[in-house]
Amino acid sequence: MKNEFQVIADLIEKDKKVLDVGCADGTLMKFLKDNKNINIRGLEISKEKVQECIAKGLTVIEGNAEKDLKQFPDKSFDYVVLSQTLQAFLNPELVLDELLRVGKKAIVTIPNFGYWKVRFHLLFKGTMPITKTLPDEWYNTPNLHMCTIKDFFHFVKSKDIKIFKSLALNNLNKSRINQSNLGVKNLFADLGIFLIEK
Amino acid sequence: MNTEKNIKTLIVKKPLKLDCGKTIKDFPIAYETYGSLNSKKDNAILVFHALTGDQFVTGINPVTNKEGWWSYAVGPDKAIDTNKYFIICSNVIGGCMGSYGPSHKDPDQKIFGTNFPVITINDMVNAQYNLLDHFGIDKLFSITGGSMGGMQVLQFISNFPDKSKTVIPIATTSSHSAQNIAFNELGRQAITADSNWKDGNYTSNDTNPGKGLAVARMAAHITYLSKKGLQEKFGRKLQEREDLKFGFDADFQIESYLRYQGSVFVDRFDANSYLYITRAMDYFDLAKQFNGNLSEAFINTNAKFFIISFTSDWLYPTQENKDIVIALNSIGADVGFVEIESDKGHDSFLLDVPDFLSALKNFLDKSYEEN
Repeated sequence: MKNEFQVIADLIEKDKKVLDVGCADGTLMKFLKDNKNINIRGLEISKEKVQECIAKGLTVIEGNAEKDLKQFPDKSFDYVVLSQTLQAFLNPELVLDELLRVGKKAIVTIPNFGYWKVRFHLLFKGTMPITKTLPDEWYNTPNLHMCTIKDFFHFVKSKDIKIFKSLALNNLNKSRINQSNLGVKNLFADLGIFLIEK
Repeated sequence: MNTEKNIKTLIVKKPLKLDCGKTIKDFPIAYETYGSLNSKKDNAILVFHALTGDQFVTGINPVTNKEGWWSYAVGPDKAIDTNKYFIICSNVIGGCMGSYGPSHKDPDQKIFGTNFPVITINDMVNAQYNLLDHFGIDKLFSITGGSMGGMQVLQFISNFPDKSKTVIPIATTSSHSAQNIAFNELGRQAITADSNWKDGNYTSNDTNPGKGLAVARMAAHITYLSKKGLQEKFGRKLQEREDLKFGFDADFQIESYLRYQGSVFVDRFDANSYLYITRAMDYFDLAKQFNGNLSEAFINTNAKFFIISFTSDWLYPTQENKDIVIALNSIGADVGFVEIESDKGHDSFLLDVPDFLSALKNFLDKSYEEN
Protein backbone atom coordinates (compact mmCIF):
# COMPACT_ATOMS: atom_id res chain seq x y z
CA MET A 1 0.00 0.00 0.00
CA LYS A 2 1.48 3.27 -1.10
CA ASN A 3 1.69 6.04 1.46
CA GLU A 4 -0.09 8.25 -1.03
CA PHE A 5 -3.14 5.98 -0.92
CA GLN A 6 -3.22 6.08 2.88
CA VAL A 7 -3.20 9.88 2.74
CA ILE A 8 -6.02 9.86 0.16
CA ALA A 9 -8.01 7.42 2.28
CA ASP A 10 -7.59 9.72 5.31
CA LEU A 11 -9.14 12.58 3.35
CA ILE A 12 -12.37 10.65 2.65
CA GLU A 13 -15.03 9.98 5.27
CA LYS A 14 -16.82 6.63 5.59
CA ASP A 15 -19.84 5.66 3.45
CA LYS A 16 -19.13 8.11 0.66
CA LYS A 17 -19.55 7.72 -3.08
CA VAL A 18 -16.23 7.97 -4.90
CA LEU A 19 -15.01 7.84 -8.50
CA ASP A 20 -11.37 6.89 -9.05
CA VAL A 21 -10.32 8.29 -12.42
CA GLY A 22 -7.48 6.28 -13.93
CA CYS A 23 -7.93 3.64 -11.25
CA ALA A 24 -5.25 1.32 -12.72
CA ASP A 25 -5.35 -2.16 -11.13
CA GLY A 26 -7.78 -1.00 -8.44
CA THR A 27 -5.42 -1.08 -5.44
CA LEU A 28 -6.73 2.21 -4.06
CA MET A 29 -10.34 1.29 -4.81
CA LYS A 30 -10.01 -2.02 -3.02
CA PHE A 31 -8.44 -0.32 -0.01
CA LEU A 32 -11.21 2.28 0.19
CA LYS A 33 -13.94 -0.29 -0.32
CA ASP A 34 -12.63 -2.68 2.32
CA ASN A 35 -11.62 -0.12 4.95
CA LYS A 36 -14.12 2.68 4.65
CA ASN A 37 -17.20 1.01 3.19
CA ILE A 38 -16.93 3.40 0.31
CA ASN A 39 -19.16 2.98 -2.72
CA ILE A 40 -16.43 3.27 -5.32
CA ARG A 41 -16.31 3.17 -9.11
CA GLY A 42 -13.28 3.30 -11.35
CA LEU A 43 -12.61 4.64 -14.82
CA GLU A 44 -9.62 3.06 -16.54
CA ILE A 45 -8.31 3.17 -20.10
CA SER A 46 -6.16 0.01 -20.06
CA LYS A 47 -8.00 -3.22 -20.91
CA GLU A 48 -5.50 -5.23 -18.92
CA LYS A 49 -5.97 -3.10 -15.80
CA VAL A 50 -9.75 -3.23 -16.19
CA GLN A 51 -9.53 -7.02 -16.07
CA GLU A 52 -7.47 -6.82 -12.87
CA CYS A 53 -10.14 -4.62 -11.29
CA ILE A 54 -12.89 -7.05 -12.27
CA ALA A 55 -10.86 -9.88 -10.75
CA LYS A 56 -10.83 -7.89 -7.49
CA GLY A 57 -14.61 -7.58 -7.62
CA LEU A 58 -14.50 -3.84 -8.29
CA THR A 59 -16.92 -1.84 -10.42
CA VAL A 60 -14.89 -0.38 -13.24
CA ILE A 61 -15.77 1.29 -16.51
CA GLU A 62 -13.31 0.99 -19.37
CA GLY A 63 -12.92 4.46 -20.78
CA ASN A 64 -10.92 7.58 -21.42
CA ALA A 65 -11.20 10.35 -18.82
CA GLU A 66 -10.82 13.01 -21.49
CA LYS A 67 -13.95 11.77 -23.29
CA ASP A 68 -15.94 9.68 -20.89
CA LEU A 69 -16.29 11.83 -17.78
CA LYS A 70 -19.03 13.80 -19.51
CA GLN A 71 -21.51 10.95 -19.06
CA PHE A 72 -21.59 11.49 -15.30
CA PRO A 73 -24.08 14.04 -14.02
CA ASP A 74 -23.03 17.13 -12.05
CA LYS A 75 -21.95 16.42 -8.48
CA SER A 76 -22.85 12.73 -8.77
CA PHE A 77 -19.92 11.67 -6.58
CA ASP A 78 -18.86 12.93 -3.15
CA TYR A 79 -15.23 12.66 -4.21
CA VAL A 80 -13.44 12.18 -7.48
CA VAL A 81 -9.85 10.97 -7.15
CA LEU A 82 -7.13 11.51 -9.74
CA SER A 83 -3.85 9.98 -8.67
CA GLN A 84 -0.70 11.05 -10.54
CA THR A 85 -2.45 11.20 -13.89
CA LEU A 86 -3.26 14.87 -14.56
CA GLN A 87 0.06 15.43 -16.32
CA ALA A 88 -0.67 12.60 -18.79
CA PHE A 89 -3.75 14.18 -20.35
CA LEU A 90 -3.79 16.09 -23.63
CA ASN A 91 -5.86 18.76 -21.94
CA PRO A 92 -5.37 18.71 -18.16
CA GLU A 93 -7.36 21.88 -17.65
CA LEU A 94 -10.44 20.34 -19.23
CA VAL A 95 -10.07 17.18 -17.16
CA LEU A 96 -9.72 19.21 -13.96
CA ASP A 97 -12.91 21.12 -14.82
CA GLU A 98 -14.69 17.81 -15.42
CA LEU A 99 -13.47 16.35 -12.12
CA LEU A 100 -14.88 19.33 -10.26
CA ARG A 101 -18.15 19.17 -12.15
CA VAL A 102 -18.70 15.45 -11.51
CA GLY A 103 -17.43 15.45 -7.92
CA LYS A 104 -18.54 17.58 -5.01
CA LYS A 105 -14.85 17.54 -4.16
CA ALA A 106 -11.79 16.30 -6.00
CA ILE A 107 -8.53 14.84 -4.73
CA VAL A 108 -5.70 15.39 -7.20
CA THR A 109 -2.17 14.19 -6.66
CA ILE A 110 0.74 15.36 -8.80
CA PRO A 111 4.33 14.18 -9.13
CA ASN A 112 6.32 17.32 -8.33
CA PHE A 113 8.70 18.44 -11.06
CA GLY A 114 10.07 21.02 -8.63
CA TYR A 115 11.43 18.31 -6.30
CA TRP A 116 15.11 18.88 -5.60
CA LYS A 117 16.20 15.52 -7.02
CA VAL A 118 14.47 16.39 -10.30
CA ARG A 119 16.16 19.77 -10.39
CA PHE A 120 19.56 18.30 -9.54
CA HIS A 121 19.21 15.61 -12.15
CA LEU A 122 18.62 18.14 -14.90
CA LEU A 123 21.14 20.63 -13.54
CA PHE A 124 24.07 18.26 -13.07
CA LYS A 125 23.40 15.35 -15.40
CA GLY A 126 21.83 17.45 -18.11
CA THR A 127 19.36 14.69 -19.01
CA MET A 128 15.63 14.39 -18.40
CA PRO A 129 15.03 13.57 -14.74
CA ILE A 130 14.16 10.04 -13.66
CA THR A 131 12.95 9.58 -10.09
CA LYS A 132 10.71 7.24 -8.10
CA THR A 133 7.57 9.16 -9.10
CA LEU A 134 8.87 9.87 -12.62
CA PRO A 135 10.30 6.50 -13.62
CA ASP A 136 10.11 6.74 -17.43
CA GLU A 137 12.56 7.91 -20.08
CA TRP A 138 11.74 11.04 -22.07
CA TYR A 139 10.85 8.99 -25.14
CA ASN A 140 8.41 6.62 -23.48
CA THR A 141 6.89 8.66 -20.69
CA PRO A 142 3.10 9.04 -20.75
CA ASN A 143 3.56 12.46 -19.18
CA LEU A 144 2.78 15.38 -21.46
CA HIS A 145 2.28 18.28 -19.07
CA MET A 146 4.63 18.06 -16.11
CA CYS A 147 4.18 20.70 -13.44
CA THR A 148 5.49 21.60 -10.01
CA ILE A 149 3.55 21.88 -6.76
CA LYS A 150 3.93 25.63 -7.11
CA ASP A 151 2.55 25.58 -10.68
CA PHE A 152 -0.47 23.57 -9.63
CA PHE A 153 -1.04 25.74 -6.56
CA HIS A 154 -1.07 28.91 -8.67
CA PHE A 155 -3.11 27.30 -11.43
CA VAL A 156 -5.84 26.22 -9.04
CA LYS A 157 -5.93 29.68 -7.39
CA SER A 158 -6.17 31.37 -10.79
CA LYS A 159 -9.22 29.28 -11.64
CA ASP A 160 -11.00 30.25 -8.41
CA ILE A 161 -10.89 26.68 -7.21
CA LYS A 162 -11.09 26.31 -3.45
CA ILE A 163 -8.24 24.39 -1.83
CA PHE A 164 -9.42 22.60 1.30
CA LYS A 165 -6.20 20.82 2.00
CA SER A 166 -2.86 20.71 0.29
CA LEU A 167 -0.30 18.21 1.45
CA ALA A 168 3.31 17.63 0.56
CA LEU A 169 4.56 14.08 0.62
CA ASN A 170 8.16 13.01 0.79
CA ASN A 171 8.50 9.28 1.34
CA LEU A 172 6.65 8.79 4.61
CA ASN A 173 6.60 12.43 5.64
CA LYS A 174 3.39 14.30 5.17
CA SER A 175 3.13 18.05 5.76
CA ARG A 176 0.79 20.93 5.00
CA ILE A 177 1.43 23.28 2.11
CA ASN A 178 0.43 26.92 2.44
CA GLN A 179 1.22 30.21 0.75
CA SER A 180 4.19 30.94 3.04
CA ASN A 181 5.99 27.58 2.83
CA LEU A 182 5.20 26.92 -0.83
CA GLY A 183 8.78 27.47 -2.01
CA VAL A 184 10.21 25.02 0.51
CA LYS A 185 7.57 22.33 -0.06
CA ASN A 186 8.04 22.71 -3.79
CA LEU A 187 11.68 21.81 -3.29
CA PHE A 188 11.41 18.97 -0.79
CA ALA A 189 8.22 17.08 -1.67
CA ASP A 190 8.11 14.58 -4.49
CA LEU A 191 4.33 14.43 -4.45
CA GLY A 192 1.60 17.03 -3.91
CA ILE A 193 -1.90 16.04 -2.76
CA PHE A 194 -4.72 18.56 -3.15
CA LEU A 195 -8.30 18.41 -1.90
CA ILE A 196 -10.20 20.94 -3.98
CA GLU A 197 -13.72 22.11 -4.77
CA LYS A 198 -15.39 24.45 -7.23
CA MET B 1 -41.41 -30.00 -32.48
CA ASN B 2 -42.96 -29.65 -29.02
CA THR B 3 -43.66 -33.36 -28.99
CA GLU B 4 -39.93 -34.17 -28.75
CA LYS B 5 -39.52 -36.29 -25.66
CA ASN B 6 -36.42 -34.44 -24.43
CA ILE B 7 -38.10 -31.07 -24.20
CA LYS B 8 -39.30 -29.87 -20.80
CA THR B 9 -42.33 -27.67 -21.08
CA LEU B 10 -44.18 -25.31 -18.77
CA ILE B 11 -47.75 -24.59 -19.78
CA VAL B 12 -48.53 -20.99 -18.87
CA LYS B 13 -52.17 -20.85 -17.86
CA LYS B 14 -52.23 -17.14 -17.11
CA PRO B 15 -53.31 -14.98 -20.07
CA LEU B 16 -50.52 -12.84 -21.52
CA LYS B 17 -51.46 -9.66 -23.31
CA LEU B 18 -49.05 -9.15 -26.21
CA ASP B 19 -47.84 -5.78 -27.51
CA CYS B 20 -49.75 -6.38 -30.76
CA GLY B 21 -52.98 -6.34 -28.74
CA LYS B 22 -53.77 -10.06 -28.86
CA THR B 23 -53.87 -12.22 -25.74
CA ILE B 24 -52.47 -15.71 -25.50
CA LYS B 25 -53.06 -18.26 -22.74
CA ASP B 26 -52.40 -21.93 -21.98
CA PHE B 27 -49.28 -21.70 -24.07
CA PRO B 28 -46.08 -23.75 -23.73
CA ILE B 29 -42.65 -22.47 -22.77
CA ALA B 30 -39.90 -24.99 -23.40
CA TYR B 31 -37.00 -24.73 -20.99
CA GLU B 32 -33.88 -26.48 -19.76
CA THR B 33 -31.92 -26.17 -16.52
CA TYR B 34 -28.33 -26.91 -15.50
CA GLY B 35 -26.84 -27.21 -12.02
CA SER B 36 -29.07 -27.19 -8.96
CA LEU B 37 -31.08 -24.60 -7.13
CA ASN B 38 -29.78 -24.19 -3.57
CA SER B 39 -32.02 -24.18 -0.51
CA LYS B 40 -31.97 -20.37 -0.26
CA LYS B 41 -32.90 -20.21 -3.94
CA ASP B 42 -30.41 -17.38 -4.41
CA ASN B 43 -28.14 -18.95 -7.04
CA ALA B 44 -30.34 -18.89 -10.12
CA ILE B 45 -29.21 -17.34 -13.38
CA LEU B 46 -31.67 -16.80 -16.19
CA VAL B 47 -29.92 -17.01 -19.56
CA PHE B 48 -31.60 -15.55 -22.64
CA HIS B 49 -30.72 -16.95 -26.05
CA ALA B 50 -30.05 -15.06 -29.27
CA LEU B 51 -31.91 -15.19 -32.61
CA THR B 52 -31.16 -18.78 -33.54
CA GLY B 53 -30.40 -20.17 -30.09
CA ASP B 54 -32.60 -22.31 -27.90
CA GLN B 55 -32.92 -23.55 -24.33
CA PHE B 56 -30.09 -26.07 -24.73
CA VAL B 57 -27.30 -23.81 -23.51
CA THR B 58 -24.57 -26.38 -22.89
CA GLY B 59 -23.80 -30.06 -23.17
CA ILE B 60 -25.28 -31.98 -26.08
CA ASN B 61 -28.50 -30.59 -27.48
CA PRO B 62 -30.80 -33.66 -27.45
CA VAL B 63 -32.68 -32.54 -30.56
CA THR B 64 -29.76 -31.59 -32.82
CA ASN B 65 -27.12 -33.80 -31.15
CA LYS B 66 -24.72 -30.85 -31.36
CA GLU B 67 -22.95 -28.90 -28.60
CA GLY B 68 -25.14 -26.32 -26.86
CA TRP B 69 -24.71 -22.75 -28.15
CA TRP B 70 -22.94 -21.46 -25.03
CA SER B 71 -20.84 -24.50 -24.17
CA TYR B 72 -17.71 -22.37 -23.88
CA ALA B 73 -19.24 -20.23 -21.14
CA VAL B 74 -21.58 -22.53 -19.25
CA GLY B 75 -20.63 -25.76 -17.46
CA PRO B 76 -18.78 -27.14 -14.45
CA ASP B 77 -16.00 -24.68 -13.41
CA LYS B 78 -16.66 -22.56 -16.49
CA ALA B 79 -17.46 -18.83 -16.49
CA ILE B 80 -21.06 -19.56 -15.60
CA ASP B 81 -20.28 -22.40 -13.24
CA THR B 82 -22.94 -25.08 -13.07
CA ASN B 83 -21.34 -26.39 -9.86
CA LYS B 84 -22.29 -23.13 -8.22
CA TYR B 85 -25.26 -21.73 -10.05
CA PHE B 86 -28.63 -22.95 -11.23
CA ILE B 87 -28.99 -21.97 -14.87
CA ILE B 88 -32.39 -21.65 -16.51
CA CYS B 89 -32.88 -20.98 -20.19
CA SER B 90 -36.07 -21.12 -22.19
CA ASN B 91 -36.89 -21.02 -25.86
CA VAL B 92 -38.41 -17.63 -26.74
CA ILE B 93 -42.04 -17.51 -27.77
CA GLY B 94 -42.12 -17.33 -31.54
CA GLY B 95 -39.28 -19.87 -31.55
CA CYS B 96 -39.17 -23.43 -32.83
CA MET B 97 -37.70 -25.53 -30.02
CA GLY B 98 -40.92 -26.23 -28.17
CA SER B 99 -42.14 -22.81 -27.06
CA TYR B 100 -45.33 -21.35 -28.49
CA GLY B 101 -44.57 -20.36 -32.06
CA PRO B 102 -45.74 -20.27 -35.68
CA SER B 103 -45.30 -24.05 -36.14
CA HIS B 104 -47.86 -24.66 -33.37
CA LYS B 105 -51.52 -25.26 -34.02
CA ASP B 106 -54.22 -22.67 -33.43
CA PRO B 107 -57.39 -23.55 -31.46
CA ASP B 108 -58.90 -24.90 -34.71
CA GLN B 109 -55.98 -27.35 -35.02
CA LYS B 110 -54.58 -25.50 -38.03
CA ILE B 111 -50.87 -24.66 -38.04
CA PHE B 112 -50.47 -20.96 -37.29
CA GLY B 113 -47.86 -20.03 -39.89
CA THR B 114 -48.06 -16.27 -40.30
CA ASN B 115 -51.34 -16.20 -38.39
CA PHE B 116 -49.26 -16.44 -35.24
CA PRO B 117 -49.36 -13.05 -33.49
CA VAL B 118 -46.34 -10.81 -34.05
CA ILE B 119 -44.34 -10.90 -30.85
CA THR B 120 -41.84 -8.50 -29.29
CA ILE B 121 -38.85 -8.73 -26.96
CA ASN B 122 -41.19 -7.43 -24.26
CA ASP B 123 -43.62 -10.32 -24.90
CA MET B 124 -40.73 -12.81 -24.77
CA VAL B 125 -39.55 -11.72 -21.32
CA ASN B 126 -43.08 -11.42 -19.93
CA ALA B 127 -43.66 -15.02 -20.98
CA GLN B 128 -40.37 -16.20 -19.47
CA TYR B 129 -41.09 -14.45 -16.19
CA ASN B 130 -43.48 -17.30 -15.45
CA LEU B 131 -40.46 -19.56 -14.93
CA LEU B 132 -39.60 -17.70 -11.70
CA ASP B 133 -42.97 -18.67 -10.21
CA HIS B 134 -42.57 -22.17 -11.55
CA PHE B 135 -39.29 -22.64 -9.66
CA GLY B 136 -40.37 -20.58 -6.64
CA ILE B 137 -37.56 -18.10 -7.14
CA ASP B 138 -38.19 -14.69 -5.64
CA LYS B 139 -35.03 -13.06 -6.95
CA LEU B 140 -32.53 -14.25 -9.52
CA PHE B 141 -28.82 -13.92 -8.87
CA SER B 142 -28.21 -12.86 -12.43
CA ILE B 143 -29.67 -12.46 -15.89
CA THR B 144 -27.45 -12.61 -18.93
CA GLY B 145 -27.38 -13.10 -22.66
CA GLY B 146 -25.72 -11.83 -25.81
CA SER B 147 -27.16 -10.17 -28.89
CA MET B 148 -30.96 -10.61 -28.81
CA GLY B 149 -30.35 -12.30 -25.45
CA GLY B 150 -28.91 -8.99 -24.26
CA MET B 151 -32.02 -7.15 -25.44
CA GLN B 152 -34.12 -9.51 -23.34
CA VAL B 153 -31.81 -8.87 -20.37
CA LEU B 154 -32.41 -5.11 -20.66
CA GLN B 155 -36.15 -5.52 -21.13
CA PHE B 156 -36.42 -8.00 -18.25
CA ILE B 157 -34.74 -5.74 -15.68
CA SER B 158 -36.79 -2.81 -16.91
CA ASN B 159 -40.04 -4.78 -16.49
CA PHE B 160 -39.01 -6.50 -13.26
CA PRO B 161 -36.52 -4.13 -11.59
CA ASP B 162 -36.18 -6.04 -8.29
CA LYS B 163 -36.02 -9.54 -9.73
CA SER B 164 -32.29 -9.85 -10.34
CA LYS B 165 -29.24 -8.90 -8.28
CA THR B 166 -26.91 -8.62 -11.26
CA VAL B 167 -27.50 -7.88 -14.91
CA ILE B 168 -25.08 -8.78 -17.73
CA PRO B 169 -26.06 -7.63 -21.22
CA ILE B 170 -23.45 -8.72 -23.78
CA ALA B 171 -22.78 -7.47 -27.32
CA THR B 172 -26.19 -5.90 -27.60
CA THR B 173 -28.13 -2.69 -28.10
CA SER B 174 -31.02 -0.82 -26.52
CA SER B 175 -32.42 0.02 -29.93
CA HIS B 176 -32.08 -1.96 -33.14
CA SER B 177 -30.17 0.10 -35.71
CA ALA B 178 -31.19 0.78 -39.32
CA GLN B 179 -28.29 -1.38 -40.48
CA ASN B 180 -29.48 -4.30 -38.37
CA ILE B 181 -33.08 -3.91 -39.49
CA ALA B 182 -31.74 -3.92 -43.06
CA PHE B 183 -29.88 -7.18 -42.56
CA ASN B 184 -32.93 -8.77 -40.98
CA GLU B 185 -35.08 -7.60 -43.87
CA LEU B 186 -32.64 -9.18 -46.30
CA GLY B 187 -33.08 -12.49 -44.48
CA ARG B 188 -36.85 -12.22 -44.46
CA GLN B 189 -36.95 -11.38 -48.15
CA ALA B 190 -34.82 -14.43 -48.92
CA ILE B 191 -37.32 -16.62 -47.07
CA THR B 192 -40.47 -15.12 -48.52
CA ALA B 193 -39.00 -15.17 -52.05
CA ASP B 194 -38.68 -18.96 -51.81
CA SER B 195 -41.69 -20.42 -53.67
CA ASN B 196 -41.92 -23.11 -51.00
CA TRP B 197 -42.70 -20.52 -48.37
CA LYS B 198 -46.31 -20.25 -49.65
CA ASP B 199 -47.21 -17.24 -47.50
CA GLY B 200 -46.05 -19.20 -44.50
CA ASN B 201 -48.39 -22.12 -45.12
CA TYR B 202 -45.77 -24.77 -45.80
CA THR B 203 -46.40 -27.91 -43.82
CA SER B 204 -44.17 -30.89 -44.37
CA ASN B 205 -40.41 -30.93 -44.50
CA ASP B 206 -40.07 -31.62 -48.20
CA THR B 207 -41.81 -28.43 -49.18
CA ASN B 208 -40.35 -26.03 -46.63
CA PRO B 209 -38.55 -22.88 -47.82
CA GLY B 210 -35.11 -24.31 -47.02
CA LYS B 211 -33.31 -22.48 -49.79
CA GLY B 212 -34.57 -19.10 -48.71
CA LEU B 213 -33.83 -19.83 -45.07
CA ALA B 214 -30.30 -20.99 -45.97
CA VAL B 215 -29.62 -17.74 -47.84
CA ALA B 216 -30.95 -15.78 -44.85
CA ARG B 217 -28.59 -17.68 -42.59
CA MET B 218 -25.60 -17.21 -44.92
CA ALA B 219 -26.12 -13.46 -45.10
CA ALA B 220 -26.59 -13.21 -41.34
CA HIS B 221 -23.58 -15.39 -40.67
CA ILE B 222 -21.31 -12.92 -42.45
CA THR B 223 -22.51 -10.19 -40.08
CA TYR B 224 -21.51 -12.29 -37.08
CA LEU B 225 -17.85 -12.42 -38.16
CA SER B 226 -15.23 -9.77 -38.80
CA LYS B 227 -13.38 -8.97 -42.00
CA LYS B 228 -10.09 -9.72 -40.30
CA GLY B 229 -11.37 -12.99 -38.86
CA LEU B 230 -12.68 -14.11 -42.25
CA GLN B 231 -9.48 -13.11 -44.00
CA GLU B 232 -7.33 -14.98 -41.51
CA LYS B 233 -9.46 -18.09 -41.50
CA PHE B 234 -10.24 -18.36 -45.22
CA GLY B 235 -8.35 -15.75 -47.17
CA ARG B 236 -8.64 -16.76 -50.83
CA LYS B 237 -8.05 -20.42 -50.10
CA LEU B 238 -9.65 -22.80 -52.59
CA GLN B 239 -12.03 -25.59 -51.66
CA GLU B 240 -10.56 -29.04 -52.42
CA ARG B 241 -9.20 -27.95 -55.79
CA GLU B 242 -5.91 -26.81 -57.22
CA ASP B 243 -7.23 -23.99 -59.32
CA LEU B 244 -10.29 -21.95 -60.19
CA LYS B 245 -12.90 -23.95 -62.12
CA PHE B 246 -14.42 -21.08 -64.11
CA GLY B 247 -17.92 -21.90 -62.92
CA PHE B 248 -20.29 -21.19 -60.10
CA ASP B 249 -19.50 -24.06 -57.81
CA ALA B 250 -17.94 -23.24 -54.49
CA ASP B 251 -14.37 -22.53 -55.61
CA PHE B 252 -13.43 -20.72 -52.43
CA GLN B 253 -13.43 -22.15 -48.94
CA ILE B 254 -15.49 -19.25 -47.68
CA GLU B 255 -18.24 -20.12 -50.18
CA SER B 256 -18.24 -23.73 -49.13
CA TYR B 257 -18.26 -22.71 -45.47
CA LEU B 258 -21.27 -20.43 -45.92
CA ARG B 259 -23.16 -23.05 -47.92
CA TYR B 260 -22.53 -25.53 -45.14
CA GLN B 261 -23.69 -23.05 -42.49
CA GLY B 262 -26.87 -22.48 -44.49
CA SER B 263 -27.58 -26.16 -45.01
CA VAL B 264 -27.16 -27.26 -41.39
CA PHE B 265 -29.26 -24.35 -40.21
CA VAL B 266 -32.36 -25.38 -42.17
CA ASP B 267 -32.31 -28.77 -40.49
CA ARG B 268 -32.84 -27.21 -37.09
CA PHE B 269 -34.72 -23.97 -37.67
CA ASP B 270 -38.17 -23.00 -38.84
CA ALA B 271 -38.41 -20.31 -41.52
CA ASN B 272 -41.51 -18.70 -40.03
CA SER B 273 -39.82 -18.51 -36.63
CA TYR B 274 -36.95 -16.70 -38.33
CA LEU B 275 -39.42 -14.12 -39.64
CA TYR B 276 -41.04 -13.67 -36.24
CA ILE B 277 -37.89 -13.44 -34.18
CA THR B 278 -36.08 -11.04 -36.50
CA ARG B 279 -39.20 -8.85 -36.43
CA ALA B 280 -39.11 -8.83 -32.63
CA MET B 281 -35.49 -7.64 -32.76
CA ASP B 282 -36.33 -4.90 -35.26
CA TYR B 283 -39.17 -3.64 -33.08
CA PHE B 284 -36.89 -3.43 -30.04
CA ASP B 285 -36.38 0.15 -28.93
CA LEU B 286 -36.20 0.36 -25.15
CA ALA B 287 -35.68 4.12 -25.06
CA LYS B 288 -38.85 4.64 -27.11
CA GLN B 289 -40.81 2.78 -24.43
CA PHE B 290 -39.72 5.59 -22.07
CA ASN B 291 -40.31 8.59 -24.32
CA GLY B 292 -36.80 8.53 -25.65
CA ASN B 293 -35.06 8.52 -22.27
CA LEU B 294 -33.25 5.20 -21.87
CA SER B 295 -32.25 5.98 -18.28
CA GLU B 296 -35.91 5.85 -17.29
CA ALA B 297 -35.94 2.16 -18.20
CA PHE B 298 -33.59 1.47 -15.30
CA ILE B 299 -34.65 4.10 -12.79
CA ASN B 300 -36.32 1.61 -10.42
CA THR B 301 -33.60 -1.01 -10.18
CA ASN B 302 -30.75 -1.36 -7.70
CA ALA B 303 -29.20 -4.20 -9.67
CA LYS B 304 -25.50 -4.27 -10.43
CA PHE B 305 -24.87 -4.05 -14.18
CA PHE B 306 -21.89 -5.37 -16.11
CA ILE B 307 -21.84 -4.59 -19.81
CA ILE B 308 -19.50 -6.31 -22.26
CA SER B 309 -18.74 -5.49 -25.89
CA PHE B 310 -16.15 -6.71 -28.42
CA THR B 311 -13.73 -4.66 -30.51
CA SER B 312 -14.51 -6.38 -33.81
CA ASP B 313 -18.30 -6.56 -33.38
CA TRP B 314 -19.70 -4.30 -36.09
CA LEU B 315 -23.26 -5.60 -35.73
CA TYR B 316 -23.67 -4.44 -32.13
CA PRO B 317 -20.65 -2.16 -31.89
CA THR B 318 -19.06 -0.93 -28.68
CA GLN B 319 -20.72 2.47 -28.98
CA GLU B 320 -24.20 0.95 -28.83
CA ASN B 321 -23.23 -0.95 -25.70
CA LYS B 322 -21.67 2.18 -24.25
CA ASP B 323 -24.93 4.06 -24.79
CA ILE B 324 -26.44 1.71 -22.22
CA VAL B 325 -23.54 2.42 -19.84
CA ILE B 326 -24.06 6.16 -20.31
CA ALA B 327 -27.79 5.87 -19.61
CA LEU B 328 -27.02 3.96 -16.41
CA ASN B 329 -24.30 6.35 -15.27
CA SER B 330 -26.57 9.30 -15.76
CA ILE B 331 -28.83 7.92 -13.02
CA GLY B 332 -25.96 6.83 -10.78
CA ALA B 333 -26.60 3.12 -11.29
CA ASP B 334 -23.96 0.56 -10.35
CA VAL B 335 -22.45 -0.24 -13.74
CA GLY B 336 -19.20 -1.72 -14.97
CA PHE B 337 -18.14 -1.94 -18.59
CA VAL B 338 -15.42 -3.67 -20.54
CA GLU B 339 -14.67 -3.91 -24.25
CA ILE B 340 -12.96 -7.21 -25.01
CA GLU B 341 -10.24 -7.35 -27.65
CA SER B 342 -11.20 -10.01 -30.19
CA ASP B 343 -11.14 -10.42 -33.97
CA LYS B 344 -13.99 -12.94 -33.92
CA GLY B 345 -16.70 -10.34 -34.53
CA HIS B 346 -20.17 -10.43 -32.99
CA ASP B 347 -19.83 -14.19 -32.49
CA SER B 348 -17.06 -13.54 -29.93
CA PHE B 349 -19.50 -14.01 -27.07
CA LEU B 350 -20.20 -17.59 -28.22
CA LEU B 351 -16.57 -18.55 -28.75
CA ASP B 352 -13.46 -19.32 -26.75
CA VAL B 353 -12.36 -15.77 -25.98
CA PRO B 354 -10.40 -16.10 -22.72
CA ASP B 355 -10.53 -12.41 -21.66
CA PHE B 356 -14.29 -12.43 -22.08
CA LEU B 357 -14.80 -15.69 -20.22
CA SER B 358 -12.56 -14.66 -17.32
CA ALA B 359 -14.24 -11.24 -17.00
CA LEU B 360 -17.65 -12.95 -16.93
CA LYS B 361 -16.50 -15.51 -14.37
CA ASN B 362 -14.81 -12.94 -12.14
CA PHE B 363 -17.80 -10.63 -12.18
CA LEU B 364 -20.24 -13.43 -11.33
CA ASP B 365 -18.13 -15.13 -8.69
CA LYS B 366 -17.08 -11.92 -6.91
CA SER B 367 -20.66 -10.61 -6.96
CA TYR B 368 -21.90 -13.92 -5.56
CA GLU B 369 -19.30 -13.81 -2.74
CA GLU B 370 -20.65 -10.40 -1.75
CA ASN B 371 -24.15 -11.80 -1.47
